[in-house]
This record gives sequence, structure tokens and C-alpha cells, in this order.
Amino acid sequence: MNLALSDEQVFLREAARGALSRFKTVEAAREALDSDQSALPDLWPMATEAGWPGLLIDDAHGGAGLDVFDAMLVLGECGRVLAGVPLLGHLPATAILGSGSAGDGLLAPLASGEKRAAYLPAEPPGELEARWTCDPARGLARAELPAVGADGTVTGHVAFVPDAPGADVLVGVGIKDGSPVGFAVEAGAAGLEVEQVMRYDSTRKLGHVTLAGTPATILDASADDLASAWYLAQALIAAESIGSVETALDVAVAYAKERHTFGRAIGSYQAVKHSLTEVLRQLDNGRSLLYYAGWARNGSPGEFPLAASAARSVSGRALDFAARAMISVHGGIGATWEHDAPLYFRRAQLSRRLLGGSSGATDRVAGELLAGAAT
Amino acid sequence: MDLDDTPDQGAYRAQVRAWLDQNKHSAPVLQGEGALTDEDEIVAARRAWQGKLAEAGLAGVTWPKEFGGQSLGPIEQVICNQEIARAKVPGILDAIGVGMLGPTIIAHGTDEQKTRYLGPMLHGDEVWCQLFSEPAAGSDLAAVQTRARQQDDGSWRLTGQKVWTTNAQFASYGLLLARTDSDVPKHKGMTMFIVPMDAEGVTVRGLRQISGEAEFNEVFFDDVALEEGAVVGGVGNGWGTALTTLMYERVTIGLGGEGMGYNSTRFAAAIAGDEAARRDPEVRHQLGEIASELLAVRFTGYRTLTALQKGQIPGPEAGLAKVTIVNGAIRAGDLIADVLGPDALDEDSDWAYMISFLPGLKSAGGTEEILRNTIGERVLGLPPEPRLDKGIPFSELRSKEGAAA
Repeated sequence: MNLALSDEQVFLREAARGALSRFKTVEAAREALDSDQSALPDLWPMATEAGWPGLLIDDAHGGAGLDVFDAMLVLGECGRVLAGVPLLGHLPATAILGSGSAGDGLLAPLASGEKRAAYLPAEPPGELEARWTCDPARGLARAELPAVGADGTVTGHVAFVPDAPGADVLVGVGIKDGSPVGFAVEAGAAGLEVEQVMRYDSTRKLGHVTLAGTPATILDASADDLASAWYLAQALIAAESIGSVETALDVAVAYAKERHTFGRAIGSYQAVKHSLTEVLRQLDNGRSLLYYAGWARNGSPGEFPLAASAARSVSGRALDFAARAMISVHGGIGATWEHDAPLYFRRAQLSRRLLGGSSGATDRVAGELLAGAAT
Repeated sequence: MDLDDTPDQGAYRAQVRAWLDQNKHSAPVLQGEGALTDEDEIVAARRAWQGKLAEAGLAGVTWPKEFGGQSLGPIEQVICNQEIARAKVPGILDAIGVGMLGPTIIAHGTDEQKTRYLGPMLHGDEVWCQLFSEPAAGSDLAAVQTRARQQDDGSWRLTGQKVWTTNAQFASYGLLLARTDSDVPKHKGMTMFIVPMDAEGVTVRGLRQISGEAEFNEVFFDDVALEEGAVVGGVGNGWGTALTTLMYERVTIGLGGEGMGYNSTRFAAAIAGDEAARRDPEVRHQLGEIASELLAVRFTGYRTLTALQKGQIPGPEAGLAKVTIVNGAIRAGDLIADVLGPDALDEDSDWAYMISFLPGLKSAGGTEEILRNTIGERVLGLPPEPRLDKGIPFSELRSKEGAAA
């Protein structure tokens, strides 16, 4: 039994924290809300220097060959300071490319960071939904995946793709003859359009991706590997969210110690104290599920969908609760532009709606367990 | 990162499993076909089974060898618990004695006490109970009013009442926290005693709960005589001694994990049979939320084990897992009753007992509110509630409370 960070993992996390501390990411997030996302610092050179683009690519292709849990540690650090490092898009894309051989040629520049990839999120079928689907541009109904034609071109639409604007390679899942197949398209390919969209949280670069008869490299990743990329993305956004919860709690606790009313520090009141211990409880549950997901990915792959979905579900709720507690502990000032709390709140609201949404993940947890109970 | 046994742990597991395979036929049957129903017979059979487990080294695994234990670590205790659960046989009857009270005596008792009491406790010959909580001293345990007065010959006289006492109806001894000096602040004037439960003046009365069953007792002490040698850990040191017991309580809970059967797989199975329920978005959402939190607790348990393996003792944050388990199980019981309807509340259903048991469990081992206070102060470092009892002699405190009422 060993469910603790190794020395190398502690080092990776500390190094990430140090590297990110050189940038004023939270201030930039606020400025970008008033101007546009070009006000955000470009963190990709720093990520490249730290070796993050190749975290999940094996050494033979120039990567670090690390585990998903290591990548989750890095995302957690990004989440702490609302850093928009485009790993949420890049890492699942490299996982798909690395799981077959047809995408080999693309891997080396992606590992070095010379090029950047983005993953077109594709949700595998579930207990009640027999189709592969993707997020719709609007509404509750899940959308169809792009179609892959007999000539190897791809046609379709994928909404709210994290880190798509400016990506050099887009890696997704299409349907060919009724079966899922992985594909990669390069920036500038015919019929490819990436419309940059910003919703509520300036730190996220999102894109609506349209493919119209776009030539693609057809990949040989298995359906399981394609499904695994979806759960990898769930685990990564969960880790990122838990990092943001850590900051929200730290800031709120610090304020509850120093701010006095009626002659007492407000943190001495049970109403405040219990709210903050509730943040801690949800944070601790989220952390434990990150370990579950990190372990299951290699230790028990059959459980990875359940583990990653549970992590996503708990971390989504935790971040919403923590961001609201952060605001309410600060009182009115916590809801103003002056304060960082609204930036974490914005992060919480958007994050919970991306990649199938955290309530989609909650439903997936139920589906996995109900399916398991029926057999 | 792994959940695997080391080679040593694997060898230990194999050894435990082999013994259980050979001996499980002689374990008492408590559920299903041929189950014992008579309370006295159950207790007798479970005591005998505890004796067998102890002789085989499967009870008191972490106790020092000189007191009949194995001098092994908490991880071996967990392996033992896991294998006992896997073999579907009962564990030891006196988990409170062996898990919490014995270790307290080992830490604070006299040589005479260790020699006299530990062996029979470990083997189930003498069952123990924990006499700490009182009607007006639960979360605020240091408010105990049960009074022990020392006599001229050094012996003691004990008067008062305890409550929530598991196993008192068949216990031979109890470890009791009493007030011995009311003229000092409340944490200072207490002493721990060993009390023979068959002494004159001890009355045990079952306390029925929502389910109708009496799992706990009230225990009354009416001028009970105790020998001078009944003191554990020194006169006036009762609070420090009690903290040792409470620390072992946290360890025991940490090692127990999902032992109460409140787990996501079991709850999902209760719903999976209902076709309408498994397609209902609200049912699925509730189940998903509950299950995610209970899965988290399983891995919090593994994290705790990792820490224990490294020699770290769980802190008050371990209480958060209890909050999650209890509230998760309450929600699950509610959801299952929504799905199954009134049949879920039938006395014979799998769920009626759980639904009845949980409201009380919410306060067991400290109310949720006091746990959140403790965690807020000790883990998050938040300032404490202002206290009106600091530094005030217990007797004055009592008269203040009287004046306020």
C-alpha cells in the first residue's frame, strides 16, 4: 500500500509552483476580462522549458513518459493560480496519438513543445446513451461526432474545445461506418475553421471547431484508447479544479483569521468555521479521488472511467462551493472586481460546464455502478 | 503509487488466510441460515471465537508480544481485518477493549494492571466497556460529573451516571473517567479508573434507539467501592489518559474504513433492480453524488493507511471521513426508500435498520458540529470559540451554569 507522492512527484509539483510563480496569472485574468485574451501571458514557452508538453509521451518519441497522476499534479498547480497553460487540450491529444503508431510522425514536435495539440472532446457511449457524442453549442441534447468519409476527410462540428485557438494539431474522434476512429488534422487544412470564443472566464481559450471535408490523418488508436482520452480529460480538469479549491480555501481561511467583528475574529464563529471545514471536506474527498483516478489509469484500467468521473463530479461541486464560500467569507468586497474571489468564481462556473459538465460526470458515475450491479 | 502488498505483507496475508480457511467452520454464524438468535448464546459464541483468534495471533495484532500481541504494525492489523471480512466470519467481540482500552492500559497502566487485565481482555474471557460519556458530557467530555471520592484508607467511592455504553450488559470491566477534584479547572480534576461491572451499586440499563434495539446502555453508579489500585495513569491525570483512548479510537476508525457496509456498490445494487429508477435522471444524479463521495472515503482510507505505515498517527481531520460516510449513507437510505417505497421501511428489509441507526450515528464519537469545530481549529488553524470555562474551577462553573438556567 503506497498512496503518497514520491520524492520525484513532490519535486515536480514544487518545480511547477515555482515556474508559475514567475507570472502574474491572476492579475492577468482580471485584465483580460476588461480587454481581451491577448492580455494573458503566453505560458507555453515556460511549459516547454519545464517539459510539460511531453509529460505523457514516451521517451522513444521525445517525451518524459510520466504517468497521468504526474500530469494531474501539474494541472493542480495551474489551477491554484488560474494559469491558462493549454495542457487540458494538449495532453489528451498526445495520449491518443501515442496509443497507436499512425500518429507517430506528429509526436516529436508535440513532445518538445515546438507544436501544440488540442483534443476535440468525444464522450464514449454510456449505460443509457449508445452513441459517441460531443458537447453541443447550446442546450442539453448531446451532439453527433464528426463523420469520417471513405476518402479520409472529416466533416462535422465540435463546440467549446479547450485550447483549440492557435493549436497546430487537432486530435479527435470521428464516426466511420458506425464505429469510432481517431483522426488528426493540422492547422490550415482545407475546410477547418476554429472560431475563438470566450465565455465568462478569461483564462480559458475555447474554440468552436468546424470541419468541412477536411483532410485528416486517420489514427489506429483503439476504441478503448479513444474512450480513455475522455476520462483523462475528466481527471485533468478535476485536478485543475482541486488546485483552485486549495487557493480559495487558503485565502478564505487567512481572511477569517484576521478580520474581526463584534470583537472576535470571524473565523471563531461556527457559521464561518463550519463553512470552511465543509470546503476542506470536499477538497479532501476530491484529492482522494485524484489518487483513485491516478492509480486506476494503470493499476486497474477498468475502473478508470468510474474513478475519473467521480473525481470530476466531486471536484466540480467542491470548486463551486469553495468559490462561493471564498466570496461570502469576505463579505461584499469578495464580490467586487478588486478581489480575486470573482475570478475563481468565474473559473468554477465555466469549468463545471465544459467537457460534458460535472453533472454529466456525476451521471456517468451512477451509470458505471448501475451497469456493474446488473452484471 | 500502488495498493499492493509488499512481499512481507503478502506472506502475512497468506498465513492469516490459511488459518481462517482451516478454522472458519468453527466461527459463530450470525446471519442467514442456522444463525444464532439468542443474545446470550451469541455473546458466548463470539467470546469463544475471539479466544481462538487471539490464540492464532489474529487479535491484538499491534499489541506488544509481552501482553499476548504480535508486535506488528497497523498495516498487518488491516490485513487481518480484511481477511476476516473476506472469510465472512465475525471479528473479535471486544473491539473497543482490544482496540482502544487495552492500548490505554498498556500506555498508562501499572505493571499489576497489565498483568491482571490484558490477557483475559485479549482472549475475550473478560469483555470491557468504555465509561466516558455522560448525559451532560458528550462532545464536551471534560464536563464529566461522575464523582470519585478518596477514603481515608486510600480506596474510592464512585457515584454518577454514564451513557452510550456499548457492551456494558455483558462487560466484566469498564474504563471510567471520573471527577476527583472539583476545585480545579475542569480538565485537571479528573482521574481514570478500572471498574468491575459486577461491583455492588453498578446498574446497567439498556437504552433503546429508533430501531427498537438497545445497542447502548445507561450505567448507574451508586456509592460503588473501588480499590486504591483501580486508578489508571495517576490521580488528576484522567484527561491525558482519556486523550490516549480517543487517539486509539481515531486509529480504530481509520483502520475500519468502509467496515459498516456503507459503500457505493451496495447502494447501487439496491437501485439497479428497478428499471424506472435506473433511467430516472434525478435518481441517477443523487446516486452519482453519493457514490462519488463514498468512493473518495475509500481512498482517504488508503491514504490514512499509507500514513500509518510510515508511523504517522491520524489527526482530527480523520473526522471528515466520518462526516462524509454518515451523511452519504443518510442520503443513500433516503434515496433507496424513495425508489423502493414503504417496503424499504419494512422491519425485514435491508434498509430499515440502517435508516433508523444513522441519525444517532451522526453524533457518535462527537457530534458533527463539534467535529467541525475541532477540525476548523486544529487543521485549518482558525481561532477557537470564546470559552467561558477556561481556568475556572469546575465547582464554580457548575454554579454559574445553574445561575444561568
